[in-house]
Amino acid sequence: MVDVTSASVPPVLAPPVLAVEGLHKSFGSNEVLKGIDLKVAAGERIAILGSSGSGKSTLLRCINFMETPSAGRIALDGTSIGVEGRGGAITARSGELRRLRTRVGMIFQQFNLFPHMTVLENVMEGPVTVKGMNRKEARATAQDYLKRVGLSDKAEQYPQRLSGGQQQRVAIARALAMEPEILLFDEPTSSLDPELVGEVLDVILGLSKEGRTMLLVTHELGFAYHFATRVLFLHEGRIHEQGTPDEVLKNPREERTQAFLRRFSAFHF
Amino acid sequence: MNYTFQFGEILANSDLLLRGLKLTILLFAIAFSGALVCGLFIGLARGSALRVPNLIATAYIEIFRNTPVLVQLIWFYYALPALSGWQPSAFTAAALGLFLNTSAYCAEIWRAGLQSLPAGQWEAGRAIGMSEWQLLRRVAVPQAFSRMVPAFTNRGVELAKMTSIASTITVQELMYEAKMLSTQTFLPLETFTIVAVIYFVLIYPGTLAAYALERRLNSKGA
Ligand SMILES: Nc1ncnc2c1ncn2[C@@H]1O[C@H](COP(=O)(O)OP(=O)(O)O)[C@@H](O)[C@H]1O
Ligand SMILES: [Mg+2]
Repeated sequence: MVDVTSASVPPVLAPPVLAVEGLHKSFGSNEVLKGIDLKVAAGERIAILGSSGSGKSTLLRCINFMETPSAGRIALDGTSIGVEGRGGAITARSGELRRLRTRVGMIFQQFNLFPHMTVLENVMEGPVTVKGMNRKEARATAQDYLKRVGLSDKAEQYPQRLSGGQQQRVAIARALAMEPEILLFDEPTSSLDPELVGEVLDVILGLSKEGRTMLLVTHELGFAYHFATRVLFLHEGRIHEQGTPDEVLKNPREERTQAFLRRFSAFHF
Repeated sequence: MNYTFQFGEILANSDLLLRGLKLTILLFAIAFSGALVCGLFIGLARGSALRVPNLIATAYIEIFRNTPVLVQLIWFYYALPALSGWQPSAFTAAALGLFLNTSAYCAEIWRAGLQSLPAGQWEAGRAIGMSEWQLLRRVAVPQAFSRMVPAFTNRGVELAKMTSIASTITVQELMYEAKMLSTQTFLPLETFTIVAVIYFVLIYPGTLAAYALERRLNSKGA
């Protein structure tokens, strides 16, 4: 395994926005994450690669406590989330969980828009219900974010009338409306028809120009190359290799990484 | 057949039947509105992974669904006072019994309805920081409810018919008044024909409204 403190990782001065230390996660006897250490500085964009079942989703889901870590520590701006309970598992109270999730947004492979609400209502939901923003202000905010993802004209539609690509852009607007410090994307384009992938990736690339901190699980290696400031390769619940996109994607040192990348023979940077 | 119907005498006493009808409607309204709300909480407990709430809810539901409602009403009217020292009026005992019985059925409807919601919906709500209560109110119930309307309608229809059982513990609802009237007038055939019509007129619009509601909810998406 590669020395994770190698020069390719940007130096971290202030407390990292996100710190993951010794993260373990088991489902029953199935140990999925076997000790993940990761420090993320503000503005970093991390692409996470790995074959199916390597624990990529579980890692993202532990970061915002959609899954409860079995052991380890998750800290935002140097402050740990939750307390270590019996057996090492971390328990966080519901209030703390909700605060965490307003700071860490998540975008799913399946979009998961609320079908009984219009596009605009979907985006307003978090600010109004969770943050208690008044509806007028929330509406303006939501319209603003819909504009950013290029969907102002769809505000009054119901999600099922939209294409997959448009739905995913609404989901991004819904996450942005909470004004999170960190965005987690779990294979945001994997369930899209190929011709719709581009519009979603364009939106994500646009966000990276704003200096947002993002973690993105993807199989779009070409995109990862342009998007990421750092690339992680996950293998069997561990960070097997990491570095700049050039290092990991063009000159991987580890055999497993090389084998993984060979399977994507058709990607271009 | 050469029986001559004598509706005139029954209709002349229609004020009795109307008085009974009022109590029937009141029993129904109390028991059904209570059961819709209470059923949600029992249903949540029933669907919960927490052992103790789950066990209590399961026991509750099974007891009420697997004993005759007539026995339940009689139990609340005669046995409860002996155990607790509190003697409810016949109406209270009936309302309580029908409410608790219907809650058990509504709990199962809620549980099934909420479980039919795709897991991604709960996740999406949690991911923007919603509490479980907010999720329920804003995401789960609005979506699941349209799918539950037919089942709740059936329950409502059953309950409306079940209210007639309250007559056996002397609640002076429609069925009770009808029995009195039929013995006074010696005209059971006429009395119960009219009572059947009244029940039908009472219940059928509810069924029609539920059909309409279901169509509207389905066309609205989801
Ligand atoms: N909720 C869960 N319960 C049980 N096993 C799970 C659960 N979520 C994920 N797993 C298991 O964890 C492993 C890693 O899953 P995942 O993190 O989704 O991998 P990836 O996203 O890299 O494909 C898989 O073997 C999967 O079956
Ligand atoms: Mg995954």
